[in-house]
Amino acid sequence: MVELINFGGGNLGSMRRALERLDVSYRVSSGARDLTGDHGMILPGVGAFGAAMAGLKRAGLKQRLNEAVRGGSPYLGICIGMQLLFGASEESPGVAGLGLIDGEVVRFSAGKVPQIGWNRIEPLSGGSRTPGFVYFVNSYHCRPIDETLATYRAEYHIPFCAALRCGNITAFQFHPERSGPFGHRLLKEWCDDL
Amino acid sequence: MICKRIIPCLDIDNGRVVKGVNFGQLRDVGDPVDLARFYQDEGADELVFLDISATIEDRQTVFDVVQRVAGVLMIPFTVGGGVGSIGQVKRLLECGADKVTVNTAAVANPELIAEIASECGSQCCVLAVDARQCGGGHCWEVLTHGGRRQTGIDATTWCIRAVERGAGEILLTSWDRDGTLSGFDLELTATISAAVSVPVIASGGAGGADDFVSVLTTGMADAALAASIFHDHRWTVAELKRVLAKEGVPVRL
Repeated sequence: MVELINFGGGNLGSMRRALERLDVSYRVSSGARDLTGDHGMILPGVGAFGAAMAGLKRAGLKQRLNEAVRGGSPYLGICIGMQLLFGASEESPGVAGLGLIDGEVVRFSAGKVPQIGWNRIEPLSGGSRTPGFVYFVNSYHCRPIDETLATYRAEYHIPFCAALRCGNITAFQFHPERSGPFGHRLLKEWCDDL
Repeated sequence: MICKRIIPCLDIDNGRVVKGVNFGQLRDVGDPVDLARFYQDEGADELVFLDISATIEDRQTVFDVVQRVAGVLMIPFTVGGGVGSIGQVKRLLECGADKVTVNTAAVANPELIAEIASECGSQCCVLAVDARQCGGGHCWEVLTHGGRRQTGIDATTWCIRAVERGAGEILLTSWDRDGTLSGFDLELTATISAAVSVPVIASGGAGGADDFVSVLTTGMADAALAASIFHDHRWTVAELKRVLAKEGVPVRL
């Protein structure tokens, strides 16, 4: 069972359908009372850092989510759900993020921005991880201070952190739900670990 | 390194994929869900669905098509054709589309772009531009209403303004080359791509693999879209991408 966090801005549709294809049961949590933290939580989504934080606050989810993650509930952040883990982003100066991971969220400084399309990710640590192509749509990328948190890297004019893991927190900058069988496998592996 | 994208385009009318023959006669090509799955399995990087419905009733069926397609697709897809309001954009996204294209309505009311970008994010706001060469070359005029109406607006200026308002990507169709199989308009594509900071999808004129190589290198396009050459089975997406890779164009294989 997965709790899919709906902060009002992200497009939940494609994630719901991906979970249905993978036969993973889920329910949508749209407010603090809906979010138990008893299950794995996925924060999918697109949109701006400031708008997403405002959405979480409005729904009363910011504090509840913070408590649940600090309490050890498994969390999977996708795209903006990865960036929100940090304390701030260049995208929305002055807006406080969840502050669960130390580091910064910075804008790509070269090439077309946003990065849109398929890019190859390379695993950084051993285990069963393999390289593959995934779909990205992002103007900003995360730079955790502790570089060893990065599990995959990719290159868009510069190398950047494509995924990270920190205890009960997992985060993908790309969209596994739109990344073909490879992306679905990464999503399924996270769900199977719950 | 980011890959160049190959995007088959499917025209939808009355819930079916159709293809125009000789300016207007429509031929049934197949079921949208079957074709979506087929192109996905062939290695398409994205799909674009254009609603070319003639009637309001047919327009309603498009939402149903989008929902059914979203259920089977594991790759991103864009929906467009006659989108005129933020309400329609939201409904298409709720049905499972990843991006929506706006064209005529955005020319009439450029604020629509800003509205979509602020409410749904720039990443789902694709500006579709139909451009026609004017004055003997080096400049292009924006056409609306499916290419039937001239606007007097310079295509480069329009694209720059639209990106300032929040368009996250540009789907650029050469009216002169569309349906001719004579190759993409490289000068048009390179001009627009150099003028804007967002990715440009080239469309109109694809006849063979060489055309894709040219537009994705010389033409500076980030992606290339085509319909006929895929529907007519002249090229499969897989064959095309193998040629691109051999020519040194980065693609997802």
